[in-house]
Amino acid sequence: MRIFIRAWRQKNAEAEGKMVTYALDGVSEHMSFLEMLDVLNEQLTFEGEDPIAFDSDCREGICGMCGIVINGLAHGPEVTTTCQLHMRSFKDGDHIDIEPWRAKAFPVIKDLVVDRGAFDRIIQAGGYISAPTGSAPEANAAPVAKHDADDAFSAATCIACGACVAACPNGSAMLFTAAKVTHLGLLPQGQPERDSRVINMVAQHDAEGFGGCTNIGECTASCPKGIPLSTIARLNRDLLGALSRGEA
Amino acid sequence: MKVSLSRTWRVSKGLAYREPVVTLPALKRARRSTVVLKYTMAVSGLIMVGYLLLHMYGNLKVFAGQDGFDEYAHHLRTFGEPMLPHEGLLWIVRVVLLAAVVLHVYSAVRLAVRDRKAAGYKNGTRYHSKQNRRGVQRSYATFTLRWGGLVIALFIVYHLLHLTGNQIHPGGASDSPYERVVNGFEIWWVYLSYVVAMLAVGFHLWHGIWSAFTSLGQNRADTRRGSRLTALAWVLTLVIVVGFLLPPTAIFFFGLGS
Ligand code: HEM
Ligand code: FES
Repeated sequence: MRIFIRAWRQKNAEAEGKMVTYALDGVSEHMSFLEMLDVLNEQLTFEGEDPIAFDSDCREGICGMCGIVINGLAHGPEVTTTCQLHMRSFKDGDHIDIEPWRAKAFPVIKDLVVDRGAFDRIIQAGGYISAPTGSAPEANAAPVAKHDADDAFSAATCIACGACVAACPNGSAMLFTAAKVTHLGLLPQGQPERDSRVINMVAQHDAEGFGGCTNIGECTASCPKGIPLSTIARLNRDLLGALSRGEA
Repeated sequence: MKVSLSRTWRVSKGLAYREPVVTLPALKRARRSTVVLKYTMAVSGLIMVGYLLLHMYGNLKVFAGQDGFDEYAHHLRTFGEPMLPHEGLLWIVRVVLLAAVVLHVYSAVRLAVRDRKAAGYKNGTRYHSKQNRRGVQRSYATFTLRWGGLVIALFIVYHLLHLTGNQIHPGGASDSPYERVVNGFEIWWVYLSYVVAMLAVGFHLWHGIWSAFTSLGQNRADTRRGSRLTALAWVLTLVIVVGFLLPPTAIFFFGLGS
């Protein structure tokens, strides 16, 4: 099929960017979205133009590296990562707009590539445990309730792609932060640092310049891992408790 | 590598690396965080919801006729005498309400300004795509929280001037609160403005009540649909909107009090 790609082109962090349209022929519906971009980039390279810079790594939906706002939606029309989106979700003659994640805390480096260092610093602020865990413990030594284990696991599937920020009209990273707070806070190993974790991570979230959460839920609807909004409620509950106990 | 230190960001040119410079300890920053502003919005919002329920109950006294209504209005002013001074209860309620409104609007403005910056708008645009402008699933109510809040704020001013302060009296002045209400709501534009304001309140609360409990950490449901909190938001919103619309509707359409 023949499609038209309207892409955000921006030379570097300082440059002004703009949308540029390219026509692309011979797109197969079996191609993944990124393969389609690879083909477009080959065409651009042949024509002597700068290929469109975009992030990707695993291309199987588990690393969180890829991320493009496609037709105004983070990761495009399906609930999945951009690398797992296929061209069968589009039709012949479609105009497809592709833009980088937009947030003050995610400055554009080039074209569709943004700096997500803010997420790393939120993790550094508290997204870890310091207890030496050694090898896998005996499974029945420290019982964990089934629903806690399930919730912790589903929160831990967050791949930190940043779609929640891109989708949130407030540019808030609360879903990401909450997922990281939750998956450790629900398990025994996460208890010693439970209060300081939520305090430090929320403080870092705000220092990075992310917005506040309005509980609208665009984040969860765009999350390729389906992290629910109740995760944010849990962060709110944890912070309330931590602040009332009052030490970081 | 040149490292430049601005007041808020440490930036190294050439390398795409920057990080925020913080001066306060994390605990202090967490106490001033967006999450705490949301606690403030939630608590002040719920206080206002509580007040609206009481206020609505009072309004329904219109159906008890002129004597019943005026007596109720009088009773509010003399409640607790002589332990409380004249209008003592009303003044307590007014002070609490005023504090709630001030905190609510203060937090709303602080958050709205911050959120707008955080979303990375450039020259008034965030995403250039004209498709999917309405997002994936967000409701009309969530689009109207800020503008709706402004409509409510303007309405509150007008409402206070009309029925509390008695500075403006569409339809004719009177010493009887009952007559002021009836005189006012016989006029189409008074009635209409009231309906518009109540719709704004309805949208605000349909999202707001659910949102307030979520902000306070009391939402454990994975989806909004079918959760108990959603049911609570629906019921409270409907009770408040319908309860407030009953008296003016009875006056305007069914000639109550004339
Ligand atoms: C006076 C004018 C008002 C303005 C400007 C205003 C503005 C707002 C805004 C912008 C929000 C969303 C905050 C956010 O999530 O970032 C909000 C939430 C809310 N509002 Fe209002 N509002 C007003 C009046 C009211 C009234 C009269 C009530 C109740 C009777 C109310 C109850 C609530 C509740 C319960 C929330 C949810 C709080 C939360 O999300 O945690 N508001 N308001
Ligand atoms: S490239 Fe790894 S998730 Fe898409």
